[in-house]
Amino acid sequence: MQQTKAVEIATGLFVALGFAALFFLTTQTTNLQSFDHGSYEVVARFDNIGGLKVRSPVAMAGVKIGQVSKIEFDPDAFNAVVTLKIDARFDRLPDDSDASILTAGLLGSQYVGLQAGGSDLYLEEGSELIFTQSAIVLESLIGKFLVNGGD
Amino acid sequence: MHTLTEALRNFGALQLFFVRLLRESPAVMLRIGLVSRQVFKAGAQSLMLIMVCGFFVGAVIGLQSYSNLLRFGAEDVVGQFAALALMKELGPVITALLFAGRAGTALASEIGLMRTTDQLSAMEMMAVDPISRVVVPRFLGGAISLPLLNCIFTAVGILGAYIVAVPLMGLDGGAFWSELRQGVADYDVNEGIIKGVVFGITASLIAVWEGYNAIPTAEGVGRATTRTVVNTAVAILIFDFMITAVAIGSTG
Repeated sequence: MQQTKAVEIATGLFVALGFAALFFLTTQTTNLQSFDHGSYEVVARFDNIGGLKVRSPVAMAGVKIGQVSKIEFDPDAFNAVVTLKIDARFDRLPDDSDASILTAGLLGSQYVGLQAGGSDLYLEEGSELIFTQSAIVLESLIGKFLVNGGD
Repeated sequence: MHTLTEALRNFGALQLFFVRLLRESPAVMLRIGLVSRQVFKAGAQSLMLIMVCGFFVGAVIGLQSYSNLLRFGAEDVVGQFAALALMKELGPVITALLFAGRAGTALASEIGLMRTTDQLSAMEMMAVDPISRVVVPRFLGGAISLPLLNCIFTAVGILGAYIVAVPLMGLDGGAFWSELRQGVADYDVNEGIIKGVVFGITASLIAVWEGYNAIPTAEGVGRATTRTVVNTAVAILIFDFMITAVAIGSTG
């Protein structure tokens, strides 16, 4: 009887530990912040997105306020349509804010940086950011430098 | 030619055996005592081994990635690197290999010895189906245990990487966790969990199959245990490649 009890305790402990580990992996290692408060999506068009990817951060003043949820190519305008999912806590961003694709560090990953505008109207679900600045592609930068460098 | 047909026949018989196990599984699941006993043997008794190995694998990943990433000034991403490596590859694969060595061999030799000592035939004489009484509970016990062991291995491994990187190497703890959370997506976690489930079924199936079909001699049981480890390792690595290829194809 004592033997069975010890076996049962050990089995229970094992299964509980397993589920605790599963819980840890699913909740503590992934970024669930954006689901906490709900979110809204705005659209921005860029001529060149460089290395921007889905799930890249969206930051304002360096603080993460959302992430890129979708990247599509518009075959008529030949530009990239980037959907930004912004945390609902930040619902008072001026609708003339400008979006630019920036790089974290010299070789870091790219993110969308928002710069607040001066409008009294706020961004809401489905708004489009009119003022955008594309990613700086290193090759074209070097190319420009080489062409103008001789002057 | 003969060996080829023999190999094909073996492979086909394994599939039929698997189908039979699956068909018997729901009924055996109701006899929870039989299964939980096997979860104890395959899972709880492997717990210490998995935790110690997980800790040191995580620690060595932390150490290697820290010292190499330091050259690029990117030591902040140690947490992310270790978590992704453990979650997607090392956790499932090493857990499955350890499981094959620790629990798979025990299953194969136990069932093989039952066959050698005619215990399986004795059960048939008593109108007890040895498949549903002996084989299926062991299969289910292993298939339930391995995914859980995989989660424990991965979680303890991340802890090991943390202990090396943060207190030992002096990395900032906040940077470790924030980079980790930033870089790990839900589909990364899912990939690891799916691998754990697939490997659990594969490793348990091979172990009970080899044991059940062991040649009823001392040598035969020995060979069944060896084949369990070898075949599990090969099957796991092939499945690992295939799941990774699908996962990378679907997430980019």
